[in-house]
Amino acid sequence: MATASVFCSPGFDFSHEIRNNFLQERGVPLPKATSTGTTIVGCLFKDGIVLGADTRATEGPIVADKNCEKIHYITDSIRCCGAGTAADTEFTTAMISSNMELHALSTGRKPRVVTAMTMLKQYLFRYQGNVGAALVLGGVDATGPHLFTIHPHGSTDKLPYVTMGSGSLAAMAVFEAGWRPNMERADALALVTAAVSAGIFNDLGSGSNVDACVITASHTEMLRNYVRPNERVQKERSYGFRRGTTAWKKEDIRNMVVNEDITFTGAEAMDTS
Amino acid sequence: MDHFPTNWGRPRDELYDQYNTFPLHQRPANHTETFSGGVQRTQQPIVTGTSVLAIQYKDGIMMAADNLASYGSLARFKDITRLHAVGDSTVIGASGDMSDFQYIQRVLDDIITDEFTAGDGNSLGPAEIHEFLARRMYARRSKMNPLWNALLVGGIQNGKRFLAFVDLLGTTYTAPSLATGYGAHIALPILREAVDPNPDAITEDAAREILRNCMRVLFYRDARSLDKYQIATVTEAGVSISDTQKLDTNWDFADKIRGYGAQTQ
Amino acid sequence: MPDGSFERPQQRQFNPYSENGGTILAIAGADFSVIAGDTRQSEGYSIQTRYAPKVFRLTERAVLAVNGFAADGNMFVKKVKQRLEWYRHAHAKDMPLRAIARLIQTMLYAQRFFPYYVYNILGGIEEDGTGAVYSFDPVGSYEREACRAAGAAQSLVQPFLDNQIYFKNQTPAPGTNHPTHLPLPDVLSIVIDSFTSATERHIEVGDGLEIYVVLAKGRSTQELASIGGLQELTTRAEGDRMFVVRRDLKKD
Repeated sequence: MATASVFCSPGFDFSHEIRNNFLQERGVPLPKATSTGTTIVGCLFKDGIVLGADTRATEGPIVADKNCEKIHYITDSIRCCGAGTAADTEFTTAMISSNMELHALSTGRKPRVVTAMTMLKQYLFRYQGNVGAALVLGGVDATGPHLFTIHPHGSTDKLPYVTMGSGSLAAMAVFEAGWRPNMERADALALVTAAVSAGIFNDLGSGSNVDACVITASHTEMLRNYVRPNERVQKERSYGFRRGTTAWKKEDIRNMVVNEDITFTGAEAMDTS
Repeated sequence: MDHFPTNWGRPRDELYDQYNTFPLHQRPANHTETFSGGVQRTQQPIVTGTSVLAIQYKDGIMMAADNLASYGSLARFKDITRLHAVGDSTVIGASGDMSDFQYIQRVLDDIITDEFTAGDGNSLGPAEIHEFLARRMYARRSKMNPLWNALLVGGIQNGKRFLAFVDLLGTTYTAPSLATGYGAHIALPILREAVDPNPDAITEDAAREILRNCMRVLFYRDARSLDKYQIATVTEAGVSISDTQKLDTNWDFADKIRGYGAQTQ
Repeated sequence: MPDGSFERPQQRQFNPYSENGGTILAIAGADFSVIAGDTRQSEGYSIQTRYAPKVFRLTERAVLAVNGFAADGNMFVKKVKQRLEWYRHAHAKDMPLRAIARLIQTMLYAQRFFPYYVYNILGGIEEDGTGAVYSFDPVGSYEREACRAAGAAQSLVQPFLDNQIYFKNQTPAPGTNHPTHLPLPDVLSIVIDSFTSATERHIEVGDGLEIYVVLAKGRSTQELASIGGLQELTTRAEGDRMFVVRRDLKKD
């Protein structure tokens, strides 16, 4: 009766969970995932939503990407900023984006922000925090502008201004000091920039540039690298190497071009009747 | 009599005290360690104060701290002064354990008295007070018996401003703007933006406004903070610690929020 | 575990150490020595201050860079300076560099079972006029070297120095040899590039850079003329000369 089970459940495979926990207890570390240390923010203004993000991705104390993009596309008028495990935020938002498109096609209407929010929170709750995505979701739909935060365990918040990630406290301080209801677009954009900058300069997990996205009922404007306050400086020396710098033990030059003689065996044309 | 309810023994069930935050419900159970010999080392903070903020400005330094001493998540004492004048050119502000802070106040008052009775014309300025505290804090951490505080020391000495930090590990540093605890995460970004480029451009009124603004932001976002606070200034004229002031706050935005997700009513 | 459970009696142990980030490095030339460190002091993801020196002048010809736990570092520098002052009072001269190195070893090892959590790099001029760098581990093992990086970005900077200073993995052009010592301007460029690069890729490195330069007695200062942000620290008229170069690094 000892037949191997070939049943494979859909979704994630948790069969190594116990082994991994055991190994971790014994001091064998799990591979480190790229995390977006991150400052992400969103704020409500007169005509819609402004989202903001820094562009640093880290692996522990090392900067893995100096200009990554953390404002993900959901639909034309809904965007989502991701903090936490980079892969989780990217795959989660891509999947929800895909499902939102299908939903829009099946209902024949412009999709709503609450729909994306509900899909995200139900997905994250199902995985009990094991999908490490902390999100700021914002957009404008038929019912007006909406702004949410979604935590990795699936809880959500609805507020006029929100922040997430390791720089969330720095950014929130700027919002608490400067946010007013019914701001003009320019003021809102400046406030979002100031909030993300507070994260960039005060939180080591955040850095590089400011990305912003302004969403209104009629138009979505993605402002990639809206401010670049951290350009790389000119190096003092050039580090080109002389040809022949690298030593070698043996030289073997191979001809990579393949020559093949082809002999035609029949002279008749192919029968195509 | 042990005044800590959580220390009276194992609670009847796990639900007891479950919403009390870090450190209280983690106090060690009532038992005697074999080699403890009647000495209880520190510990963890019990009655605590939250952030202290301080900045340099045109005429000297200005420091702010609220009036709350918390017992875990309980807002236990709402009329505590966490700013303390030391001599006539120094002020210190304390976050962390309030009993350790009161001990530090006593020690500092004693050395000021000693310095006065020596009558040699020397006085202790903020740099000396900070150095003394740093050595004391470091010595206590090295005995694995720390004074559980993060302190800011500010003042004026020979016409120059002095502002420095020291904590339970003996770690020290200086900067034009400083903050302890949650303030280092929430208020410091605002303070750095306003102060660091040029402290000399900030008038006393402007400095007061900057600190008031930061105390308000802290009150909005730090669950262990209070809307009553004091401000201390040290200028050439000496030390002054203000009376308690109340923050004006605005919660209008909350009125328009419905639920946390799909709710609309 | 701090999970609030009463499973077994627990005592939260006080941790007397912290880690304050930053990086230091030193390079020895034939008749000079360069010792540098960034000025950021951090804890976790927070910047405590953008200016906390990690490099200290000990004597006219010795400079000590400390990195690791800042409280231990400052205490250690204080005690080394005190011992050097006692030496000066007893012998009416500064302690020679190699003697300072041995002193630092014994002072570190004295704390073998409650170590100073500090990586030390000592740089300066030896009695014979040569540039020298000594590097230490936290409990006193030390070695004289031509260059050394330590601290948060050690793993980024040291391989770069191995390649550029020791010419590791570089075959010299036929009929030539790598120089044993690089000229001062080259060394300064390599130091600056090390720190700007570490700032790009390590989150704990940045804000400011302090480079100490010690020149052996009688050496020309010509090569320093074009360096921006230079300040002379020499106090005695004839003898070795000491300079510090201060530069900004990125603050994100």
